[in-house]
Amino acid sequence: MAKFHVTTTVNGEEVEFLCDAQDSMLDVLRGPLGLTGSKEGCGSGDCGACSITVDGRLVCSCLMLAAEAQGHSIGTIEGMAQGDRLHPLQEKFIELAALQCGICTPGFLVAAKALLDRNTNPTETEVRYWLAGNLCRCTGYDKIIRAVMDVAADMRKGVAA
Amino acid sequence: MSDIRYVAAESLDEAVKAMLAAGGQGKILAGGTDLLVQMRSGAQNPGTIVDVKKIDEVMQIVELPDGGFRIGAAVSGAVIGEHRKLAAAWPGVVEAVNLIGSKQVQGRASAGGNLCNSSPAADSVPALVAAGAKVVIQGPNGRREVPVEAFPTGPGRNCLAPGELVVSLTLPPRPPGSGDAYLRLIPRTEMDIAVVGVGVSLTLKDGVCTAARVGLGAVAPTVLLVEDAAKALIGSKLDDAALEKAAAACSAACKPINDKRGTIAYRTKIAGVLLKRATAIAARRATSNVPGGMH
Ligand SMILES: Cc1cc2nc3c(=O)[nH]c(=O)nc-3n(C[C@H](O)[C@H](O)[C@H](O)COP(=O)(O)OP(=O)(O)OC[C@H]3O[C@@H](n4cnc5c(N)ncnc54)[C@H](O)[C@@H]3O)c2cc1C
Ligand code: FES
Ligand code: FES
Repeated sequence: MAKFHVTTTVNGEEVEFLCDAQDSMLDVLRGPLGLTGSKEGCGSGDCGACSITVDGRLVCSCLMLAAEAQGHSIGTIEGMAQGDRLHPLQEKFIELAALQCGICTPGFLVAAKALLDRNTNPTETEVRYWLAGNLCRCTGYDKIIRAVMDVAADMRKGVAA
Repeated sequence: MSDIRYVAAESLDEAVKAMLAAGGQGKILAGGTDLLVQMRSGAQNPGTIVDVKKIDEVMQIVELPDGGFRIGAAVSGAVIGEHRKLAAAWPGVVEAVNLIGSKQVQGRASAGGNLCNSSPAADSVPALVAAGAKVVIQGPNGRREVPVEAFPTGPGRNCLAPGELVVSLTLPPRPPGSGDAYLRLIPRTEMDIAVVGVGVSLTLKDGVCTAARVGLGAVAPTVLLVEDAAKALIGSKLDDAALEKAAAACSAACKPINDKRGTIAYRTKIAGVLLKRATAIAARRATSNVPGGMH
């Protein structure tokens, strides 16, 4: 069976790749596209380590076929910093030690950014529910939640972009 | 594995033809949150994957001239949750769809996929049964409609014939004084499979219940329409006696399994408890849905 030729946009840039029908978007990001920031924790939609956005919507890249990317716009963790300038969420995660081993971190950052892009005034409960699809075996979550709440507060004050 | 075909159908005709050509080895792809998990575990091994997300009718929510709604089968939970008019008319249906998985899962998971996967514990289905939703099906012989409760035929099985696919779900118009609600019990607060799920839709006039439907999930091989529970509610003022009778009807309808999430005795009891609670929420929504009613 011939490979599929897919043209899509990743972090604002047009990219092309070849894939098999059953390849997941995560397979192609981490393989041919060399974007290894998205992690595979489970491959079944449970852990959120593979979180990306598709046309602005948060999804698990392990539960999307790469062939489906044709004509859509993909956002990954690699697109979050502007050159050397980290996104406020990335800076706050470092400042508050919201990561330990770091495997879950790209997924948490992509998911948290998707929340703050919609709502800069979430309650703690809203943040916890929004991030319920992201699992972390190290931090115990509190520091992550704190970091997201802090960045939201900074955004409301106009301190963070 | 490498000979799997992927077809992104541009029209319903193309999708039906691709499914027929796949000769029983075809699988429709909506959000993929069931299908891709099942393919990875080896539970599904399709020859052809037919993606329906390029077909307009399958991807739109339309308000119908009669006041009802048509929800495209592959519309994601996230999009359904953002449709204000739909959420105002059918809060129970929308909350049931929005309970499916995480935000990431919501970004892709559809009501059509939830229904077609035909798990007895599918969260949106009891609410759709309570709502009196109809399933619009397209196939080689054209179009047909079935009530949601007649769609699943067993765990993982449904009434779709070869080449058929679900186009949309239609919700009927809402008389004033109507409300619906869905409640499920899960051992955790998020990301789990229902032990029991109850959907209730009802209409109140001057405090009296004039219409009701009850859908019950996760307690039998398919989601059930519990007519005896509805009968106990209709004509009553939703007083304790009527609620007890309706709860007993729900418990009586249960044919559950024992598993790590809940025993038969527990599921049977909880079905009645959730019926009472869901009825109370639906009634509150119905009362605030009357012009000049409580707000
Ligand atoms: C982490 C996680 C959590 C979950 N939590 C829940 C939960 O809380 N509650 C719950 O009910 N479910 C849950 N699910 C299961 C799943 O997300 C839902 O069943 C979802 O609604 C499936 O929709 P989909 O669009 O992704 O379906 P798909 O995976 O695309 O399809 C599901 C099945 O239906 C068929 N199909 C899809 N659309 C059509 C159509 N239009 N016509 C004919 N056949 C069709 C497919 O071929 C496939 O067999 C969860 C899944 C994951 C991965
Ligand atoms: S790898 Fe995708 S959710 Fe875990
Ligand atoms: S920091 Fe290790 S899993 Fe989250």
